[in-house]
Amino acid sequence: MRHRLFRMTAAVLTAGLLLTACGGNDGGAGSDGKITLTINLFGNFGYQKLYEQYQKDHPDIVIKENTAAYNDHHRELATHLATNSGAGDIEGVDTGFIAQMRERGNLFTDLGTDRQAEYLPWKWQASLTKDGKQIGYGTDVGGLAICYRKDLFEKAGVPSERDQVSAAWASGWDQFIEFGKRYAQKAPAGSAFFDGGGQLFNAVVGQAPVGYYSEDDTIVVGSNPEVRKAWDLTVQAIQGNLSAKLIGSSQEWNNGFAKDQFATVACPAWMMTKIKDQAKHAAGKWDVAAVPGGGGNWGGSYLTVPKQGKNVEEAKKLAAWLSAPEQQAHVFTEMGNLPSIPALYDKPEIAGFTSDFFNDAPVGRLFTTAAKQLKPQHQGPRAGDIQTTIRDALVRVEQGKQTPDESWQQMVEDVERLAK
Amino acid sequence: MVTYLQQARRAGLSRLDTKGSPYLYIAPFFLLFALFGLFPLLYTAYVSFNDWDLLDAGSHSWVGLANYRELLQDAYFWNALGNTLSIWVLSTVPQLLAALWIAHLLNHRLRARTALRMGVLLPNITSIVAVTIVFTQLFGRDFGMVNWLLGAVGIGPVDWQAGTWSSHLAISFIVAWRWVGYNALIYLASMQAIPHDLYEAAELDGASQSQQFWRITVPMLRPTIIFTTVISTIGGLQIMAEPLLFASSQTPTGGSDRQFQTVALFMYEQGFREFRFGYASAIAWTLCLVIVVFAIVNFLLTRRIADDED
Repeated sequence: MRHRLFRMTAAVLTAGLLLTACGGNDGGAGSDGKITLTINLFGNFGYQKLYEQYQKDHPDIVIKENTAAYNDHHRELATHLATNSGAGDIEGVDTGFIAQMRERGNLFTDLGTDRQAEYLPWKWQASLTKDGKQIGYGTDVGGLAICYRKDLFEKAGVPSERDQVSAAWASGWDQFIEFGKRYAQKAPAGSAFFDGGGQLFNAVVGQAPVGYYSEDDTIVVGSNPEVRKAWDLTVQAIQGNLSAKLIGSSQEWNNGFAKDQFATVACPAWMMTKIKDQAKHAAGKWDVAAVPGGGGNWGGSYLTVPKQGKNVEEAKKLAAWLSAPEQQAHVFTEMGNLPSIPALYDKPEIAGFTSDFFNDAPVGRLFTTAAKQLKPQHQGPRAGDIQTTIRDALVRVEQGKQTPDESWQQMVEDVERLAK
Repeated sequence: MVTYLQQARRAGLSRLDTKGSPYLYIAPFFLLFALFGLFPLLYTAYVSFNDWDLLDAGSHSWVGLANYRELLQDAYFWNALGNTLSIWVLSTVPQLLAALWIAHLLNHRLRARTALRMGVLLPNITSIVAVTIVFTQLFGRDFGMVNWLLGAVGIGPVDWQAGTWSSHLAISFIVAWRWVGYNALIYLASMQAIPHDLYEAAELDGASQSQQFWRITVPMLRPTIIFTTVISTIGGLQIMAEPLLFASSQTPTGGSDRQFQTVALFMYEQGFREFRFGYASAIAWTLCLVIVVFAIVNFLLTRRIADDED
């Protein structure tokens, strides 16, 4: 009896192992004649309802979305391109990595020039190869604002109405830090002013005309005064004890929302999606104010169609549909990602859109204004990895492992190493 | 009527059968090994002598030993090697001692013995990703249970990821937790092969439980202990998933200052973030040599122990 039990248990365990080991990679037409399109993304692009609609309109298409963490996703995509297998029919690419992919433009399907007139010119340019092939349809742009917890501001006795808040730091980040120090004096226990140095730095540097790269793709991190300025500001904020010392999009950062660990987050439009996903308990308590100094961009994405896919034509159709004006408008009002198609910015349903999650903040007006002011920054091939390297350097300062100068020095060397 | 010729042929065939068929029987292993073991090994060696960009398939140039020269001067490699050895020692030693103790307990007459014996293997068949994510939460800085427990006795809180030692300890704990049961079962199997009359004789002579354990069980397990040590060495020096997933930054640099980047993780970073396929292959081969050196040291120690017994 015991033996039979043992054998059965062993058989069940083995079957379990085998099942988990075989995560089949079955692309292409299935036995029922349906075409499965895989779409690999990082984070929430807000497409769930759109898939349902598309599948209803195209009964022969089944859409399968996989999401991975930001760095993992881009690393995997590069590997799949290198080995010429494993990529999805559609792959999302972030601004930080689009230049790297653009350099391997021959591995992507040319999407043609039909839709050029729809897009923000710089958004269109960023995914265009040197020989004029378009490798990705732009989905969203970042823009910049500051999302903040109105209720925590009230408790700390600092201005909490969004116009007052925007005005309090209108002149720039120095005022933002001053505001933070006032917040910290009477802040509710366990809540810092902002989430983490890496994210604050990205916002500050995102306002500079030149960031990590000059126009000719040379890395200028060590010599660009704008980068140093953003670094010094962030270090000042960290040393003022205003940082919750959390890394953006990490598990700890997600928990931080639930535990009210920070009162502000540097907020490109897509960040609103993340906040909504993570801070469900705090609906209506969040609000959106203008970014210190005005302008700026952080992030924004593209949908690409790798050549190695089995259903390139169907994938192109789906990517074009998902990034078409109507769908971009849907994603903005549903989730918050800001369209990259300027014709939408003046549409009343976009410009006049208010978000009830964010205390009825006029996010339509805020972000379309930001997008119109936005002066794009040239992004080179390793922009995404440079961003990660600088973030790690700021984490070293937050953890007290190094002095700001030691950390800066090591960061510049690490970035030079990336360029090799 | 069987002719002489037929007899000779049959004898020849039978000789061929006895001489040849054993090779046929073991051929599948060697074929598979050649395909999935030897070929990748040699191909990696070939790649390591090239400057090879993973993204630029097909474009590579022969650079001889340049990758190895660069590696030996790379401070990040030596850092990773130090971390690897530290995590290996911190995880292997307590892991094998705990396994020995657990095997000893399981060898006794216990209630629900089979269930317990199978239970100790559960950590090993649980998904490494799930295990590491759970432990990373337990070792969390702000809301981790470990810090909460430490706080109850007035210590901490510890930022486990930030420190070199704290991160090594946490990762070693994860590794040890996963492999203790596996090693315990191996010990248990060979404990059961120890003749029972030895214990009976010892008991008649008045030996206590712990004397029996140290004087009979451990010496009789010596070959098994050596086997598990070698296997844990090979596995322990290749640790990669745990430090990769332990980092909340989701990057293969092993913490903000590479404080817990292992050699395998460094190889992954160079291969799949920097796309320096040649350099990563050089790291792979160097790691292989390091493991061989440690295996030889273990082998020599083994021989010494055998000599002592004589």
